[in-house]
Amino acid sequence: MSENVTLKIDNREVSVPKGTTVLEAARGMGIDIPTLCYMNLEDLCVKNAPASCRLCVVEVKGRRNLAPSCATRCENGMEVRTNTMRVLNARRTVMELILSDHPSDCLVCAKSGNCELQAAAIKLGIREIPFQGARSEYRVDLSPSIRRDMSKCVYCRRCETMCNEVQSVGALGAANRGFGAIVSPAFDLDLKDTECTFCGQCVAVCPVGALTEIDHTERLLRDLAAPGKTVIVQTAPAVRAALGEEFGLEPGTSVTGKMVAALRRLGFAKVFDTDFAADLTIMEEGTELLGRLNAFLGGDKEVKLPIITSCCPGWVNFYEKQFPDLLEYPSTARSPQQMFGSVAKTYWAEKMGIRREDLVVVSVMPCVAKKFECEREEFKTDGDPDVNYSITTRELAALIKRANIDFPQLPDEDFDAPLGESTGAGVIFGASGGVMEAALRTAYELQTGRTLDSVDFKQVRGMEGLKEATIEVNGVEVRVAVAHTLGNARRLMEALRAGECPYHAIEVMACPGGCIGGGGQPLHHGDSRRLKARAEALYAEDSGKRLRKSHENPYIIALYEEFMGKPMSEKAHHLLHTCYFNRGKEFVEQ
Amino acid sequence: MSYKMHILVCGGTGCRASASQHIMTRLEECLRDKNLEDEVQVIATGCFGFCEKGPIVKVMPDNTFYVQVKPEDAEEIVAEHIIKGRKVERLLYKDPERKAPVSDSKHMEFYKKQLRIALRNCGFINPENIDEYIARDGYSALAKCLTEMTPEEVIAEVKLSGLRGRGGAGFPTGTKWEFASKYKADQKYVVCNADEGDPGAFMDRSIMEGDPHSIVEAMAICGYSIGATKGLVYIRAEYPLAIHRLQVAIGQAKEYGLLGERIFGTDFCFDIEIRYGAGAFVCGEETALIHSMEGKRGEPTMKPPFPAESGYLNRPTNVNNVETFANIPVIITKGANWFNKIGTERSKGTKVFALAGKINNVGLIEVPMGTTLREVIYEIGGGIKNGKKFKAVQTGGPSGGCLTEKHLDVPIDFDNLVASGSMMGSGGMIVMDEDDCMVSVAKFYLDFTVEESCGKCTPCRVGNKRLHELLDKITEGKGTMEDLETLRNLSQVIKDTALCGLGQTSPNPVLSTLNNFYEEYVAHIRDHKCPAGKCKALLSFHIDPELCIGCGLCARNCPVDAIVGERKSPHFIDTGKCIKCGTCLEKCKFKAISTR
Amino acid sequence: MEKIKSLSDLKRIKEQVREKLDLREKSEQADRLVQIKVAMGTCGIASGSKETMSYFIDHLAENGVNAIVTQTGCMGYCYAEPTVEITKPGREPIVFGRVTPEKAAEIIEKYLKNDELVEGIIPANYQSIQ
Repeated sequence: MSENVTLKIDNREVSVPKGTTVLEAARGMGIDIPTLCYMNLEDLCVKNAPASCRLCVVEVKGRRNLAPSCATRCENGMEVRTNTMRVLNARRTVMELILSDHPSDCLVCAKSGNCELQAAAIKLGIREIPFQGARSEYRVDLSPSIRRDMSKCVYCRRCETMCNEVQSVGALGAANRGFGAIVSPAFDLDLKDTECTFCGQCVAVCPVGALTEIDHTERLLRDLAAPGKTVIVQTAPAVRAALGEEFGLEPGTSVTGKMVAALRRLGFAKVFDTDFAADLTIMEEGTELLGRLNAFLGGDKEVKLPIITSCCPGWVNFYEKQFPDLLEYPSTARSPQQMFGSVAKTYWAEKMGIRREDLVVVSVMPCVAKKFECEREEFKTDGDPDVNYSITTRELAALIKRANIDFPQLPDEDFDAPLGESTGAGVIFGASGGVMEAALRTAYELQTGRTLDSVDFKQVRGMEGLKEATIEVNGVEVRVAVAHTLGNARRLMEALRAGECPYHAIEVMACPGGCIGGGGQPLHHGDSRRLKARAEALYAEDSGKRLRKSHENPYIIALYEEFMGKPMSEKAHHLLHTCYFNRGKEFVEQ
Repeated sequence: MSYKMHILVCGGTGCRASASQHIMTRLEECLRDKNLEDEVQVIATGCFGFCEKGPIVKVMPDNTFYVQVKPEDAEEIVAEHIIKGRKVERLLYKDPERKAPVSDSKHMEFYKKQLRIALRNCGFINPENIDEYIARDGYSALAKCLTEMTPEEVIAEVKLSGLRGRGGAGFPTGTKWEFASKYKADQKYVVCNADEGDPGAFMDRSIMEGDPHSIVEAMAICGYSIGATKGLVYIRAEYPLAIHRLQVAIGQAKEYGLLGERIFGTDFCFDIEIRYGAGAFVCGEETALIHSMEGKRGEPTMKPPFPAESGYLNRPTNVNNVETFANIPVIITKGANWFNKIGTERSKGTKVFALAGKINNVGLIEVPMGTTLREVIYEIGGGIKNGKKFKAVQTGGPSGGCLTEKHLDVPIDFDNLVASGSMMGSGGMIVMDEDDCMVSVAKFYLDFTVEESCGKCTPCRVGNKRLHELLDKITEGKGTMEDLETLRNLSQVIKDTALCGLGQTSPNPVLSTLNNFYEEYVAHIRDHKCPAGKCKALLSFHIDPELCIGCGLCARNCPVDAIVGERKSPHFIDTGKCIKCGTCLEKCKFKAISTR
Repeated sequence: MEKIKSLSDLKRIKEQVREKLDLREKSEQADRLVQIKVAMGTCGIASGSKETMSYFIDHLAENGVNAIVTQTGCMGYCYAEPTVEITKPGREPIVFGRVTPEKAAEIIEKYLKNDELVEGIIPANYQSIQ
């Protein structure tokens, strides 16, 4: 496989492995050919190279037409020019065409400054748009999580690739032809009425402002300023590993302390950590796992195994819509976000003497599906949501900037007690495999009564789409699997539906790499090294923690002692567990 | 008892639309009345090509060619011709020059220069009767391949014939087969591209309607040579008759064992399925066609990988168009060296053209490569309608270009057409006269490509739209000289950067008219005049006071009361009010109204 | 329908069906073939021209004569019915009178096969439409 081909790009000779595209080869030489539709997350096997935007065209000697470098394989003896007059003229014209069908409202666009189209236009030195004519105009489609403004779409169709090939959801697809071609749900339905899981991967890859999150920053600012309200915040584990990128810090820089400081400066009454609730999730879910496992080992034929994690709201939406016949398999444990909200508005509020109606719980999430999760009826008490709303990592960054906070210069501060204390197990929830690893740490010790020699379960870490491991617990081989992206999850669920699933426990995260690659995170712009760096930051934070197992979190222990009783108690059931609904279409086989 | 006479009635889509089925029924009734049903056989055939004069009825053996026959003519044909042996003179074709009736089609200018290879059986056999195909040497090519030739020899023969793809680009067919044969796979596919989409072109439909077995046979031959056992015909659902005839042909071939297992007692198996397209032009592009068959959005993808490597269901796939396939059996039976003597050096054999536009003999013709445009237009086509002056001929459909007077003596072949700024395409040929505005013609074709673009790549999705808008601006009289530069640059960039053949060729009508009719563009812009008088926005209507008698008919019919005048004295048009609908021009009996 | 299992099967079927199309094949190359027109007016039919025509159709092939047999109206030689006009390629048409099947056999044998003249020729005096 290591066969090489030699070619010339801009008169420089280069030798690359066979199969390399001209674009990859050129970038390897430091020749930065502009692209728009192209996206390649190599480690995740996510690639969008439809060769359709035509910005990356190059001149290949002997060819009649210009070649799209993203989809042209290097060949021996090829002579490529990336910057001839012909190429530059073509590229500029193509860019002018794209811009002629794009609203020039950069000044007020959510993506301004972070827009790949804008960046490419700057790089190409566009100073005017010579073409006038029809503009594609579409209604704005609002859902609880995602805002679709297709008037800004440049038809790169990355979102379509994510939704179909990576996530296997199929909510978005190309419709219509020619100038009217558009990526849209079938029959132009609202996104909320489709199979959409709100995973937000379409948002994560959209190069322009066509797909963005529903913005709650204004609402948050108003709440923070409202007299008589106590506004508290929880931050998901993956946020701290990526927030710094918005302020020019190296990907993988963990900014936990600065983030806490910034949130305090924004005016939150308390800065808590979703990691606390992650530890709580492990207590509940780990206990549920052991309960089902022991029942199974005890000969109970009815018990539903494997148990499947339920932390990820995109994933919950996915199985409620696609696998409503398998609703008894996922853990009934609520997600950490919702456990936090529930505990904050009962245990903590009572403790602090704050009335529920005066308490606003906000979450900062790497995710857009969390916005939808906040709105679920089952997570409301008398119409009041346990978590009032969630904002994304990107929204938090925007707020920090608006509040004139010099983020990189902030001191490190600590979370508030008691809901700010967490173990390393809670931290790694943000990376694919983290929930499973955290659960194994606790389940192993609770089941065996022994202390683990090493708490690192490295088999379940990493970027592979499907990971599996076998752990010996009290002489029993416990088989676990970890999937990230819904496409990989579908494979497991279809095996389960077919009765061919050999696992006892499965972790699923909807986004590539887990929450670190969430739809609410700073945009990776197709650079999968960023995702890896974020995961490494979380694992580093975990290994630096004094406590690394959820059941050792002193505040969790106190919570059970003071309030919940024990895991899976009646109170815990009421406050920390949920049930699932068949939201599938009628034709789903039962 | 064999029939003494055969009456062939065209059963192609065009003639059926003019009640040719009724003609058949009436002929059969009349024959029965005269107790001649056992002596005279009535047969529905495929298209004769001379659609201008359809419906066509041909009486054999005296080879009498009746044109524009109506059902009520059946009785006379039977009474006079069949019984008394007297030709019905009024139904014979009249030579427009000599005004004399011509009864034998061989003596008609329309047929004289034609050489029918792909259309060899159209208008001759009953397409729904496999025996008639076999009687015409049908399936002997397949038999020869399977029993006497190796797959390599078949490919070598096709290569030697010099046959090039008739679908548009003219890629050498044998080479294409060779590519597909080289890839190893558990399954390979032969695909017949019957998604004929060029406006006005209908040769593929006619072949499938008139000689469907030639396609079945050729696909099996292709399957044998590339190692495929499955054939798929991708045909647009708007071709119900062609679909029906193909279905009948496939069914009959299966019954005879000419499709299916162990064909001709060899180990070769081959089957054909029909897949329906929804008539998107872009699905004629082979990768888009394959995606459409896979149930995906019909849009092209980058080549390589070529279908020969990874096509239908990611298996090696050979895609050829209908007309290409129709040549294959003849090449095998008569030999590559017979075929490659016909045509020009780099374009062998014949080409079918759909003649249309301002030409006397509209229809489907097949001529050897190398025939000149002049021969086609003036001899076969019978010249320009109503004695008007020839202006241009558009070849290659919406992707082609407009050729002019100076190209009339260019021998038609793949390379010459490209060198002249047009292309072969699938063989559409639309003739224009002095009344056609070339800017509007370019706009018409852009209209089509804008409509039919899949929208995938920027140059085609947005670029063609902008080209169309610029042309629209010019025909509205609002163009500027800079617009011409923009048109040219944008056209070049679209050609250079579009993803598939559709996009790469879509600016051709613009570029060729810009090159050949630049002054016409300039007239629209500088003088605000449309020389052909087609662009309404640039017209103004005037009444010649010398000719106007003041009858008032124009004023009464004017929908916006723009015409004023006293009775019996010359009228005037208020050009401010006039909406240029042209009603007055039509109504005036004294030719007093003109446009400027 | 029987299956075609070999090249010889195909050839056999082709032989069987070929004559169905023979009439059309010949008609396409009418210029190069002998044309036989049998007058089929009332007078002709009354004198047996149908039998004459059938005789030609049935016996030409076995004698190796490639000809097109058509019917035509009364040629005006009612006294000599059945009349038959025969045109050899490149020659003037010749009209034969009183062509009974026996006479037809003689015409085939002598005029068509051996190019010998036969008695009973009527001088032609009309022109027909091309």
